[in-house]
Amino acid sequence: MKNIDSGNHTKGQSVYLDDIPLVAGTLFGAVFSSPIAHGHIEQLYLSEAAQEPGIVRIFTHQDITGENQIGGIIPDEPLLAEHEVDFCGMPIAFVVATSDEAARAAVKKIKVDIKPLPVITDPRVAHAQDQLIVPARTFRLGDTTRAWEQCEYVFEGTTDTNGQEHLYIETQCAYAIPQENGELKIYSSTQSPTAGQRTAARVLGVPMHQLEVDVIRLGGGFGGKEDQANAWVALCALAAHHLRRPVKYVLHRLEDMAMTGKRHPYSSDFKIGLDKDLKIIAYEADFYQNAGAAADLSPAIMERTLFHTTSTYFIPNVRATAFSCRTHLPPNTAFRGFGGPQAKFVMEAAIATAAEKLGVEACVIQKKNLNQTGDEFPFGQKAVSEARACWHKAEELYDVAKLRQEVEAFNTANILYKKGLALMPVCFGISFTNTSMNQARALVHVYYDGSVRVSTGAVEMGQGVNTKMLQVAAQTLSVSPAKVRVQTTSTNRIANTSPSAASATADLNGKAVQLACQAIVQRLKEVAAQVLQASEAAIELRDEQVLLNGQETDLDWKKLVTAAFLKRVSLSEHSHYATPDVYFDKTTEKGHPFAYHVYGTAITTVTVDCLRGTYQVDAVRVVHDFGLSMNPAVDRGQIEGGIVQGIGWMTLEELLYDTAGRLRSNTLSTYKIPDIYSVPKEIAIEPLQTEQDNLAIFRSKAVGEPPFMYGIGTYFALRNAIKAFNPTSPIAFDAPMTPEKVLLGLYPQAATGTQQVHEQQNLRHVAAS
Amino acid sequence: MLKFILNNQEVATDLPAGTVLLDFVRYHQHLPGTKIGCREGDCGACTVLVGELADTQVRYRSYTSCLTPLGNVQGKHVVTVEGINMEQLNPIQQAMVDESATQCGFCTPGFVVSLAGFCLSGQKPTTQNAIAAVDGNICRCTGYKSIERAAAKVAQLLAASEGEEPAVFVARHQILPEYFTSIKSRLRALAADSAPNGHVLSGALQFVGGGTDLYVQKHDQMKELAARFLLNQADLKGIVRQENRCVIGGAATVSDLAESGVMQEYFPDFRQFLRLVSSTPIRNMATVAGNFVNASPIGDLTIMFLALNAQLVLSDGHTAREIPLRQFYKGYKLLEKAPQENITAIWFELPAAATRFNFEKVSKRTHLDIASVNSACCLTIQDGFIVTAAVSAGGVGPIPMLLRKASEFVAGKEVSEELIQKALEIAQTEIAPISDARGTETYKRLLLNQLIKAHFLALFPQLNPSELVQ
Repeated sequence: MKNIDSGNHTKGQSVYLDDIPLVAGTLFGAVFSSPIAHGHIEQLYLSEAAQEPGIVRIFTHQDITGENQIGGIIPDEPLLAEHEVDFCGMPIAFVVATSDEAARAAVKKIKVDIKPLPVITDPRVAHAQDQLIVPARTFRLGDTTRAWEQCEYVFEGTTDTNGQEHLYIETQCAYAIPQENGELKIYSSTQSPTAGQRTAARVLGVPMHQLEVDVIRLGGGFGGKEDQANAWVALCALAAHHLRRPVKYVLHRLEDMAMTGKRHPYSSDFKIGLDKDLKIIAYEADFYQNAGAAADLSPAIMERTLFHTTSTYFIPNVRATAFSCRTHLPPNTAFRGFGGPQAKFVMEAAIATAAEKLGVEACVIQKKNLNQTGDEFPFGQKAVSEARACWHKAEELYDVAKLRQEVEAFNTANILYKKGLALMPVCFGISFTNTSMNQARALVHVYYDGSVRVSTGAVEMGQGVNTKMLQVAAQTLSVSPAKVRVQTTSTNRIANTSPSAASATADLNGKAVQLACQAIVQRLKEVAAQVLQASEAAIELRDEQVLLNGQETDLDWKKLVTAAFLKRVSLSEHSHYATPDVYFDKTTEKGHPFAYHVYGTAITTVTVDCLRGTYQVDAVRVVHDFGLSMNPAVDRGQIEGGIVQGIGWMTLEELLYDTAGRLRSNTLSTYKIPDIYSVPKEIAIEPLQTEQDNLAIFRSKAVGEPPFMYGIGTYFALRNAIKAFNPTSPIAFDAPMTPEKVLLGLYPQAATGTQQVHEQQNLRHVAAS
Repeated sequence: MLKFILNNQEVATDLPAGTVLLDFVRYHQHLPGTKIGCREGDCGACTVLVGELADTQVRYRSYTSCLTPLGNVQGKHVVTVEGINMEQLNPIQQAMVDESATQCGFCTPGFVVSLAGFCLSGQKPTTQNAIAAVDGNICRCTGYKSIERAAAKVAQLLAASEGEEPAVFVARHQILPEYFTSIKSRLRALAADSAPNGHVLSGALQFVGGGTDLYVQKHDQMKELAARFLLNQADLKGIVRQENRCVIGGAATVSDLAESGVMQEYFPDFRQFLRLVSSTPIRNMATVAGNFVNASPIGDLTIMFLALNAQLVLSDGHTAREIPLRQFYKGYKLLEKAPQENITAIWFELPAAATRFNFEKVSKRTHLDIASVNSACCLTIQDGFIVTAAVSAGGVGPIPMLLRKASEFVAGKEVSEELIQKALEIAQTEIAPISDARGTETYKRLLLNQLIKAHFLALFPQLNPSELVQ
């Protein structure tokens, strides 16, 4: 089944927030934000701006009727700065005017005196100054301190991964419309309607029942519209609450890029020990997460990094410590993978280091250490593993031995072009690691004409979750998909939603829909049994027909529904699902946090132009653990899109903050995401269909985040190609691998010193430019 | 009063001619299918088609409506996604749906419109050309493979289109709505009815060509600015051969250059080089003269024409004068040009048979990106000897540069690996790159060397690459 929105999408008829017809009297907001990254606000000059034509009011923290606080996990983030600014782009004032242009023109007239304070942009510097968002956490398995003695080989190293801008094509936006009794209906482009509702209620100082957040769909989210969508909801709500007029704010791209947090940059240290057979005996990692100026979701992301420390490998002795470091960047946030990709990169860098030093292919070490069912993760859960099945299938299906020979033959024959190959296994845990969030609700109405309406807490952002919800309802009720409509996501219909995140949205909400539909089916069967004067066990609903002992009857879906209504039987159901068996004890850092893991293996080949330092990804060939895909078209799209986004993170996408904390790659002309020409020439996806039961909806495993990490293979394939040209290149583990880094890796003698020096030089010069 | 045809309807507006088309269609005409992604021509979510009379046909090109002033669509046919919708999904839309080439959907109308533009372009119906039509559209969800598959299907729709006027073919095969066949006569009627440039304010000193950089740099001011729109000025159009000169009109676009018969005859690779310049919609709008006047130290066209020793014809409306492009730049964004002057034409000597031209550009992303360093090279070669040489480079100083010393050094000498190495050393003394978002100084210096090597490797197959890359 195709994505149910796709027809309207191609006709330009799908409605996004900015397409909602304006309510008469709508006002437009725009944020004035801090031009510097850290300092004391000495004076804010609003009077000139207030006199601009069309200005209705300018809001500051003094106008907040509730609490000036939007921090979700930790209350450390004011909505509007009071006395101090903590990042460049931190909102200070909210201008509301009769037009969008007027609001933005007035923003330019606002002046502020800020006494600068020292700016930290490097998480290691923040760590050295004890600037931690939360106390450090450590996961352990076995005993690494003793294990080093058993190791034949021990290697250490450092890695860096840069952040990543979400670059949803629809920018952040919100639209608050007053209702009676002081209530507000707020349209938001958010992955987390309840978080928006809760945050606005807190800022306004009103109970949550006074606010409805309604989400039609998102023009892309990727994690960037989880907690980062709350500020705009709260600002529009605040203004609408005061003015009793509708207030809308759609961020310009420049505002969006400057004010919102991104994927966390990490700087990490690793130590890896292997025995003579290349079994990894011990592994230690220290992760320095660049959290930005406030917690946002950083503690949860840091936790997921720890959960993915050992990636797809079983290592008996592990010690991993993570530090969430407070810097003066915009608060970094959720992004597809949620800290997992950063951990996997470090693990792969450790293996690559060992392989290069020992003169073996990395895949020899990778393969030997893949986890197996029953192996214990450092957090106590036992693996139910498809790692080896995926790897072996990929090796055979795509004939890795032959691919390797082709790469070698090409490299022997060519001087100016070199190819590289890398394998990337993925193992990714599915569930919110905060156990309490693993619950969802669904509301299913069957109208007495037999049509069906489904509401859930799931937010449609292109991942096809509404299509899957519709499939669950249609299949469980055994009606045609055309009979079912999925409604917008509203906090009035579904309360206390978890965000659409963690790849778990379809599972959680789908199970809730399934439960609701099963309950309705059960009642309908009872009605059918009465009507047909048969036993309930003999009744079956199939394809909108009522079957009795497998035979068709006169009773069809519509007649049955009408009969049930006339008998005063409820045709609606609100149901609740909570993932069974998941728990985690933070005092011991042990538990069973994940419903299941998703596995896969990707084989990446690249070609580097050794004259120009440019490159092309030739192919990414994947065997992916689907369980049993309930929608192969949607799932294939998620995998292809995830791979390309992962490749973007590892190659082109370079966030450049100068040492003053200003984002220099702040537009689409300076921050480049993949275009149609920069994607792999070939992406092959082969399913690993498995038989065993799992906790996924219809056994169709979560597919949102895991494929992102196949992109890491591109980094290592590029590294291998560079090494084919210049085997002694001292190229650092410093992602993304931009054409600049490739060229300087090919010709390190041209660079002045190491890559680290180069990186600092880069930022210094950017600051000066 | 500005008049044009919007989809199937004639529209007239009193809005300032500097208003962007995007705002007009979304907020004044309430056609929300055209989306806002970046307002700087870098995402393609706001792509529309603009059709104008060209010879006997209506020629359609894709534009990013965020950078298009209303003044540039006067008397033309503007097509948004709403204008290509039919009762059922049209076959382009159906191909996108069948291949699951849409996820969040926000970029999708832009892709669909670009593909419709391909169907109207009269290009060869190849998958490669269909994909090229969406080179200005960014999608963050799909990873593009499904879009490639849809593009291949769209190309197949046109398999039998050869020889037929595209607008007629697509209407006849119900690829696009029937009304497209009526546009030609409606545009003719409109042309008779209105001035080509709309209302030109007297004394206006802001010249607007394609607007592709002005609307990025001065977005907020442009609406109210008294501007003179040059794109529709007939006397500034065309690329022609006059004796041994190639003369390019001041309003000729990059796409005009790519399609020019003269350029194709003398520079068979030029079209390939131009594919490295921005994206299809931007090339459709951006003028060659605009690239020069914009004075970016890294303008691709500027770098190419520096090597070709182009001459500029400047006019203030009364008197014209000529100046070599090589003398046009006095400093960073400082031009040898009075505010009231605009470039009316550009000309250069068409090269002799022994002349070879090459262009190199490296940017973070190969397409739709601004160069870290770019370079062009024009050499006259005789028996392995370099008779004349001109090597230009961008991104290595405050202005687009001709590397005079390095060019002079190689002229009159026999090519060799050693000669090139020495030329590189000389080139390094001529440049002053700075570190910025496009790369560090170290990188840009190294990259320029590599690009100059690339020129010689491209032009002299006898050179030994391994000696050059050590």
